[in-house]
Formats: sequence, structure tokens, C-alpha cells
Amino acid sequence: MAVMNVNPTRMELTNLKRKLVTARRGHKLLKDKRDELMRRFLDMVRENKALRKEVEEGIKQANVAMSVARCVMSDKALDVALMLPTQEMQLEVSEKNVMSVMIPEFDVKFRTANENDIYSYGFANTSGDLDTAVKALSDIMPKMIRLAEIEKSCQLMADEIEKTRRRVNALEHVMIPQYEETIKYITMKLDENERSTTTRLMKVKDMMLAQAHNYD
Amino acid sequence: MYKIAAMGDKDSIYGFASLGISIFPVEDSADAGRLLRQLAESEYGVIYITEALASDLNAEIQHYASKPLPAIIPVPGIRGNTGIGLENVSKFVEKAVGSDIIS
Repeated sequence: MAVMNVNPTRMELTNLKRKLVTARRGHKLLKDKRDELMRRFLDMVRENKALRKEVEEGIKQANVAMSVARCVMSDKALDVALMLPTQEMQLEVSEKNVMSVMIPEFDVKFRTANENDIYSYGFANTSGDLDTAVKALSDIMPKMIRLAEIEKSCQLMADEIEKTRRRVNALEHVMIPQYEETIKYITMKLDENERSTTTRLMKVKDMMLAQAHNYD
Repeated sequence: MYKIAAMGDKDSIYGFASLGISIFPVEDSADAGRLLRQLAESEYGVIYITEALASDLNAEIQHYASKPLPAIIPVPGIRGNTGIGLENVSKFVEKAVGSDIIS
């Protein structure tokens, strides 16, 4: 690893030592963050996968019933039946901070008091299969909301884990070795300077003694 | 207060209307891209999008991937399940862990 381009002075050495301490601490903290994020992420992603399978199955059921309804009823009748929904969904979003990743939390509010009030049509002119389809969708809805919440969270956390991992690796394999080596280089250089000063002094002393006592 | 939207071909998303989700039937993907951007910038917190359409709009969807809102969630349409949803989950794991350890 390359030594940084710095002057080998005592001041530089103190600065670098301080930086090394900070880098080590940052590395430890980021590593802890990464591990904890990973633990939570894995739990979440497992739930995500299970939920997704359930939701996809539920939507499939609803689509089957819907297809049948479409066959039995005319397009126009179907349009009329679904044109004016009685229900309106309001989504309340709050944010939760998980290891400094902001993940959304969804809370659904229905406009009408009765959550089962989902049939926006009279039963006289519609097929029973439409009821089945609407019911199936309504049953899967809470899971779909949860899926949206958890899938978004997984996405955001995956991003953050990737970023944190890069930082940890950069500190561990680039920054810290670089600091260590530069510190070593400066220490060596300073020691070398000190030794050369000592020898020079000894030499000068010898020369002065020789002059004073008229050694030949 | 946010709302929930569903985008895709009409047949796939029609049922959602009865639950109080705003539905936006789209046919071609150029319009869909514009619509998606419009929805994302306005008051929609969750956008369900059919898998077929999601694969066309990948670039736009990625654009919102790193933002907390909106959550753009692919769901299977009436023509069946293409597996994009589960593939996405695997992609998250791959991104975070390095390889897909949950499969």
C-alpha cells in the first residue's frame, strides 16, 4: 500500500495518529451498523418473500373470479358496477428510523366506517363472481399494504447495506493500512534523522576535542 | 394524507377500484411513464403496477427506488405471474449480501 504524500514531520505524525484513531473507531461503528442492518434485513426479506407469494396467490384467485364475471356480464354492466366506489382508501404514512435508514410505515384508513362496505353496486344486475372477485381482493388488501411497506423497506435497507459495506471495506482495506504505513514511514524517518544528528554531533565533538588538545 | 394508485391494463386493475384505490388504466408504455411520474410527484404513497407494465417502465421505477416514497410495487396482472416480483426480492438480497442466500 502506498505511503501518503506528506512531509515527515512531528506535527504530521500527531495528526495522522489522531486520524488513525478516528478511522478505527469509525470502522468499528460502521461494522456494527452493517451487522445489525443485515440481521434486520434478512428477517424482513424472508417476510417479504412469504408475503409476496401469498399476495400473488390471492390476486390470482381474484383474477380468476374477475375473468368469469367478465364473461357472464357485459362490459358495460361491469363498468357501471365498478364506476363509483363506495370506499375510499386513505394512506397515512409515518417514518421509522432503523439504523438511520428511514423506512416508511403505512396505515390505511377507510372513508366509511364499515370496512366491509366494499360492494359499490346492487346485487340484482351483477354476477356473483364479481362479488367473489371483489371479496378476494378485499381480503388480500391488508397483506398488499404490508407488502408495499416491507418491500420498500427492504429496497431502502439493501441500498444502505451496500453503502455501509463499501465504507467498511474502504476503511478496513485502504484508509487504515495507508495511515498505519505512513505513520511507520514518518517514525522511521524521524528516528533516522535523530540518529544522523547524534552521529554528526559526535563527529563534531571529536573534531573540536582534536583541535583543543592539538591531537595529531 | 396519501392515496393509493393502481396502474396497468384495465382488465387487471379494475377490481381494485371497488376497494377505494384510484385506478389508472394505461395502454402504451410511453404514456405510462409520464403518468407514473405524475403520480409519484403527487399525493400517491403506494403505486401498484402490473408486472407486464413494470418491466417496460424499469428505468422510471428505478428512479424512485432510493426515495422513501412512493413505494412502487409490481403485482401480477390478469395474464398471469411473470415472477418479476420475487425476482426483485432476490435482487435486494443480492445487492445487500452479495449473493442470493434466500432462494
